[in-house]
Amino acid sequence: MRKLFFTLLLALFAVVVQAKEAPLAAADPELEKRVMELSDELRCLVCQNQTLADSHAELAVDLKNQVREKLASGMSNQEVIDYMVERYGDFVLYRPPVKGATWLLWFGPFLLLVGGIALLALKLKNRRPADNAMPEADLQRAAALLNGTNETEEKA
Amino acid sequence: MKRFLLPLGIFIGLLIFLGIGLRLNPREIPSPFIGKPAPGFKLTQLHEQDKTISPQDMTGKVWMLNVWASWCVSCRAEHPVLMDFAKANVIPVVGLNYKDGRDAGINWLRDFGNPYQMSAFDNDGRVGIDYGVYGVPETFIIDKSGVIRMKHTGPLTHEAISKKIMPLIKELQNA
Repeated sequence: MRKLFFTLLLALFAVVVQAKEAPLAAADPELEKRVMELSDELRCLVCQNQTLADSHAELAVDLKNQVREKLASGMSNQEVIDYMVERYGDFVLYRPPVKGATWLLWFGPFLLLVGGIALLALKLKNRRPADNAMPEADLQRAAALLNGTNETEEKA
Repeated sequence: MKRFLLPLGIFIGLLIFLGIGLRLNPREIPSPFIGKPAPGFKLTQLHEQDKTISPQDMTGKVWMLNVWASWCVSCRAEHPVLMDFAKANVIPVVGLNYKDGRDAGINWLRDFGNPYQMSAFDNDGRVGIDYGVYGVPETFIIDKSGVIRMKHTGPLTHEAISKKIMPLIKELQNA
């Protein structure tokens, strides 16, 4: 009897509670897609290591709304990015632009890698051959000792 | 002796880079507006809703725009410094009340003192975004022709005022 009661109760809940998909912020999924694309390219200036897409900071929400508004008013993706860079500088771009000032940032690691390999190659090339040939007397002593130990082991 | 020169050289190079780099504040984003005209806006005044305020009202004067909010703790910290500065009557101080409630802003000024000639009420923060505001408080020094000359992020200190702001104001006023 109790089993039946609980099964019925569960069935009732299953009917009443139906999770709905979270409503989109804009009715237009195309627009939302563009907003998300741009949000991934823009940096949150408060939590500076996150993109606008990742961040929940109030400024991030504000900026995302600005992006949505500007896109809805007909600006292209590049125009919106320019709009943000005009106000916040290059830092608002999540990926630093490749320009004169950032060459060292972008190409520095490769330069270091190439430089390091070059240095290694040079060092290996110039290495002096091993200068530690053993004197003759020591070699014979070593041979004798080795043979001697072998004989002792066989006898034992 | 020569063997030690290379590691020593690298070490000294590293010392120089770290010495410079570790003293920089990564949270400070330089403003792209330095040397550019202050973005225009037309907002209602905080205390008098039916009056508007815009940067053009201040043309011909060197002035300071201070972005503040009643919910901002650092603004509370810089407030005494700002009050001192306003009392010295060097240049007009205009406030930008950022993302605040009108009553909250008015009450805050009433409780702690009002250094501002007037405050612009930027309820939704759009003017803030136009100015590249990313953290309150921020302060702009704007010259007679409406060009932004300096942006100070974070609370104002007496040191910043005496060392950076006052010399700039003198320079701009003599121009």
